Amino acid sequence: MSTAMEARPAGAGAGPVSRPAYKVTGRRVLRSEWAKLWTLRSTWITLALGLAGLLVFGSIAAVRYKSLTTSGGTRPGSGEFVNASAVTLTLFGVRFGQLALGVLGVLVAAGEYSTGMIRSTLAAVPRRLPVLWSKAAVYGVVAFVVGVAGAFGGFLIVNAVVNGTPAHMPLSDGGVARSLLGAGLYLSLVGVIGTALGMLMRSVPGAISVLVATLLLVPGLLSLLPTSWQDNIGPYLPSNAAEALYALQHAPGMLSAGTGALVLLGWTVLALAGGAYRLVRRDA
Amino acid sequence: MIEARQLTKRYGEKTAVDRLDFEVKPGMVTGFLGPNGAGKSTTMRLIIGLDAATSGSVSVNGRRYARHAAPLQEVGALLEARSIHPGRTAFDHLMVLAHTHGIPRRRVDEMIELTGLQSVARKRAGSFSLGMGQRLGIAAALLGDPATVMLDEPVNGLDPEGVLWIRNLLAGLAAEGRTVFVSSHLMAEVALVAEHLIVVGRGRLLADTTVQDLVRQAGGDTVTVATADPARLRAALASPGVEITGRAGSEQLQVSGLSARQIGLAAAEHGIALFELTPKQVSLEEAFMDLTRDAVEYHGAVTSGVAA
Repeated sequence: MSTAMEARPAGAGAGPVSRPAYKVTGRRVLRSEWAKLWTLRSTWITLALGLAGLLVFGSIAAVRYKSLTTSGGTRPGSGEFVNASAVTLTLFGVRFGQLALGVLGVLVAAGEYSTGMIRSTLAAVPRRLPVLWSKAAVYGVVAFVVGVAGAFGGFLIVNAVVNGTPAHMPLSDGGVARSLLGAGLYLSLVGVIGTALGMLMRSVPGAISVLVATLLLVPGLLSLLPTSWQDNIGPYLPSNAAEALYALQHAPGMLSAGTGALVLLGWTVLALAGGAYRLVRRDA
Repeated sequence: MIEARQLTKRYGEKTAVDRLDFEVKPGMVTGFLGPNGAGKSTTMRLIIGLDAATSGSVSVNGRRYARHAAPLQEVGALLEARSIHPGRTAFDHLMVLAHTHGIPRRRVDEMIELTGLQSVARKRAGSFSLGMGQRLGIAAALLGDPATVMLDEPVNGLDPEGVLWIRNLLAGLAAEGRTVFVSSHLMAEVALVAEHLIVVGRGRLLADTTVQDLVRQAGGDTVTVATADPARLRAALASPGVEITGRAGSEQLQVSGLSARQIGLAAAEHGIALFELTPKQVSLEEAFMDLTRDAVEYHGAVTSGVAA
């Protein structure tokens, strides 16, 4: 490489008068964020992991359930598979899927800070906020599609495995589709919360820690509080609201699916507000 | 056109940029000089709004950078710090930026060609050498066909061929009527391309001048002469615009405003014998050091006692 390196004017003959009229628009920022997402290898790997987690963990649960029930070792509906249905078995995969999709959400935002890409991004879109909205929208939709595909795909596999056991249920059964769509919505919102946390913390490990702590540790810590507090606060935690959103049957004390969705949406909006505040108010 | 008015940036106790006033005009290369830590990079970050000014303001073509409809068409910036995702290819990196402004793919291809990145455009930027990364940064800076091109230490890490390429590129951009603003801590490098100079130290404006004036101020055109009768020589040389200094009792005089040749001829005309006739050579580097001596943030240790 050398030769053709004469410093040709960058405008390629275009004088200041005939310069093309470029313009930043919301749609173009969306387009840019879409391109950003798919031009990184980590996106493909993490999405594949998330999808595989949804499919594989549900299948493992189904196989185990099937072997327990057919061997007669335990009676159906006892032990770890209390009231198991094809839906509850499928949703075993959600716990893994939420980690993969949440982490990718963090990478979408905090990854720009850890690499320095954010400087290029904000030089191109100095108004800043469109970047966060676009990231959240693009990644929210992608995570939703992957989440729904994983939930429905997992359900089909699980149902095939548990065919002939009490857990088997058709997709048309009341609440099944709602439950699976709810799981997809939950995974999408976890992704968006990850993105918002990434913007807020500007650090990949920091944002992942907060996300994992919120999803996995906080519910455990809650048990240290007095019972009355647990009953009042518990249902509104992100993880419990999520369970209300995708559960097939609602235990007493649980929020309804609709309320669960709203509560989760509230958490998402809160996280986005925090991310937006930091993005606008602090030097990049 | 860049205009800074009382531009100030504080990070806690430390003032990185201290009430800077300057203008960067179109159609020429303006060098932005200062020792390390003088606030050059911070100033550039303030110009494109990556950092918010503590007080004062800076505008680009009459408006704040963020208020332009197509920011990349106003200022194309190469910052000192790496601003790419190492996992993305050079082509994808440029496309991602192009999308935000509706810049066509053709323009991306042109920039890749201009910066000589054709052979590596489909490789991930993380594998690039320093020089390649710098070229990619320049391709990104020129992507929006910007009226103002702002480059922070562009020759850092480049081989001689790359340095020459940058020099020609900058001259070409200025000749097209663009505003070109280039920072460096190396006077010699800037003097080769820049017409105008803005010199800062510890965040303050030290000089807003031309290369020629800077040398003149530093005493670059004085001539030292020695003769048996300094008073007679003074009288022979005296004329408007000529400044002569000398210590009483010394045979030496410092003359500015006349060349050594002119002094020699005048002395011969008056029959004055000269013992010495030395034009004082002040390099740009010396002029720069003179100017920034007090403003250098990190002096090299001269004492040897501490050496371990």
